[in-house]
Amino acid sequence: MSSKSQLWAKVSPWQRWREELVLRALFICALISVFTTLGIIYILFGESLQFFAHVSPLDFFFGREWAPMFEPRSFGVLPLVSGTMLIAVGALVIALPLGVGIAIYTAEYATGRWQKILKPTLEILAGIPSVVYGYFALNKITPLLQAIYPDTEVFNAASASLVIAIMILPTIASICDDSIRAVPKAVRDGAYALGTRKSEVIAHIVVPSALSGILASFILAFSRAIGETMAVTLAAGATPKLTLNPFEGVQAMTAYIAQVSMGDVSHGSIEYQSIFAVGLVLFLMTLGMNLLSQFIVKRYARKYE
Amino acid sequence: MVNSHSSSILETRNLNIYYGEKKVIRNVSLKVPKRTVTAMIGPSGCGKSTLLRTFNRMNDFIDIFRFEGEVLFEGTDIYRSKTDVTEFRRRVGMVFQKPNPFTSSIAKNITWGPQINGYRGDLNELVESSLRKAALWDEVKDKLNDSGLALSGGQQQRLCIARAIAMDPEVILMDEPCSALDPQSTLAIEDLIHELKQNYTIVIVTHNMQQAARVSEFTAFLYNGDLIEFDETSKIFSHPAEKLTRDYIVGRFG
Ligand SMILES: Nc1ncnc2c1ncn2[C@@H]1O[C@H](COP(=O)(O)OP(=O)(O)OP(=O)(O)O)[C@@H](O)[C@H]1O
Ligand SMILES: [Mg+2]
Repeated sequence: MSSKSQLWAKVSPWQRWREELVLRALFICALISVFTTLGIIYILFGESLQFFAHVSPLDFFFGREWAPMFEPRSFGVLPLVSGTMLIAVGALVIALPLGVGIAIYTAEYATGRWQKILKPTLEILAGIPSVVYGYFALNKITPLLQAIYPDTEVFNAASASLVIAIMILPTIASICDDSIRAVPKAVRDGAYALGTRKSEVIAHIVVPSALSGILASFILAFSRAIGETMAVTLAAGATPKLTLNPFEGVQAMTAYIAQVSMGDVSHGSIEYQSIFAVGLVLFLMTLGMNLLSQFIVKRYARKYE
Repeated sequence: MVNSHSSSILETRNLNIYYGEKKVIRNVSLKVPKRTVTAMIGPSGCGKSTLLRTFNRMNDFIDIFRFEGEVLFEGTDIYRSKTDVTEFRRRVGMVFQKPNPFTSSIAKNITWGPQINGYRGDLNELVESSLRKAALWDEVKDKLNDSGLALSGGQQQRLCIARAIAMDPEVILMDEPCSALDPQSTLAIEDLIHELKQNYTIVIVTHNMQQAARVSEFTAFLYNGDLIEFDETSKIFSHPAEKLTRDYIVGRFG
C-alpha cells in the first residue's frame, strides 16, 4: 500500500495556486480590453454631447450640408455618411462576388500548385499599407477611369471603391474559404450519393451550409470599408457632397476626421468636437452592422456542430 | 452458393481494391440478388464499407483509391461504362453511418435530389410519400419547413432514408445505419427495411449479428479483405461452411 502511494506525487499546493494565477492573469487581460472599449465610448459620447450643445441633433443627423470651416457654418452629416456609404457599398459590390468566387475556387477546386500560389498572393494583398493603395488609386486607377469615362474627377469615389475592394478581398476570401472547408465531408457525400454534380452540390448544399461564415465575412469587410481612412482620403478627396455619382469626389467620415485631426484646430472648438460626433456616427454604424450580423447568423444560418 | 433462381442486380468480379499500396479487398466475386436484403458482416477494418462504396462509386472521392476487376450494376460495368456516374448514383442510393441531413428544411432535404435530376412530378406528394415510406411522416408533417438538423438522431437517419427513397432508386446501400441510434430507433429502421425490400434491393453493413439475422436473407462474411462466405442468412447463422465464419458469429473474435 505504501509502495503504491510512493509512485504518485501528491498534488502540490503550488499546482492549485498556478491554476488560480493563470485564471486571474487571463481575467485581467480581458478586463483591459473591456475598460479600453468603455473609455473610448465615454470620451466619444462626452465630446459629442458638448458638440450637441451647440448644434441641434436634428440639424446634424438630417442636415444636407457639411461646411464646418466656412461661414455660414453648417453641420449636416448626411454628405459625409453618403460619401462613406457610396465608397463602401461600391467596394462591397465588387469584392463580395469576387471574394466568394475565390473562396469557392481555393476550397473546392484548386489543387496543389494553384493552392500554393493563390493563398500567399492574397495574404500579400492584405499586408500592403493603405497609404500605398490610396496613392495607387490616385495615380493609376483614376487616370484609367478617366480614359474610359472622361468626366471622372481627379478625386472620385469609384477609385476609392476599387482599391478598398482589393484591400478587403483577402478578408472575405479567407473567411469564406474557412467556412466552406468546415462543411463536413459527410454532408457532401450525402449530396453526391443522390446523383448530383459538383457545381450543384457546391451551389445548393455547401455554400448554404457555410452561410454564417460567409455573412460574417461580409459584415467584417463592410466594417473595414467604412473605417478605412488613408485610401479614401487620398482617392476620394475632401469635398463633402451629397451625391450618388461614383465619378465625383466625396468626403468620407473618416477622411473628415483625419483632415481635422491633422489641421490645427484648437481643443474645445466646435470643429474639434465635431470629429467626435462624426466618430460617434461611425461607431454606431459599425455597432449596428455587428448586431445585424449576429441577428442574421442566428436567424438564417443553421450550423453543423 | 447462392440459389440461382433470383437474378442478381449488383455484382463484383475478381475485385481487388487498394488504398495506395495497401490491398484492402482481395479478389472478391459476389452477386447481390434483386429485391432482397443482403447483409455484410466482418470485423472492423475488413473492408465492408470499402466494398459497399464501390457499388455507387463513392470511392471516387478518395485520391489513393485504386481497383482491379469489375463492378456490375444490371450487367453494366459501372466503372468503365460511358454512362455518367451520376446516373448510377441516382439508381443506387446510399444511407450513411452517421445521419447527414442537409441544413435546409425537411421538405427540401427530400426534394433537392429529385429536382436536380429533373423530376417532373408533384413535389408535395413526393415529400409525403417518401416520408411515409420512411415511417417519419406523422412525426414531422407539421414542421416540414424546419431544418433537417432540428430532428433527433433517429429521425435524422429516417430523413436520410426518405431522401434516398425519394430518388426512387433500385438499390439502397446502408453503411451501419443504426450504429448511432438508440434501440427504439433501430427497431423502427429495421421494420422499415422489411417494408422496403418489397420494392428495393438493400445491402446493409452491420456489426450487429442479431440485426443481420433479423433483417437479411443473404449474408456476406468478409475477413481481412477476403470474402470468406456468402450464403443465405439462415445457413450462415446455423451451419456456416467455414470455421472462421462460425467463430466470428459466436463472438470468438472481432
Ligand atoms: N480513405 C482511406 N484511405 C486509406 N485507407 C483506408 C481508407 N478508408 C479505409 N481504409 C483502410 O481500408 C481498410 C478497410 O476499411 P473499411 O472502412 O472498408 O473497413 P470496414 O470493414 O468498413 O470497417 P468498420 O467496421 O470499422 O467500419 C482498413 O484497413 C482501413 O484502414
Ligand atoms: Mg465501415
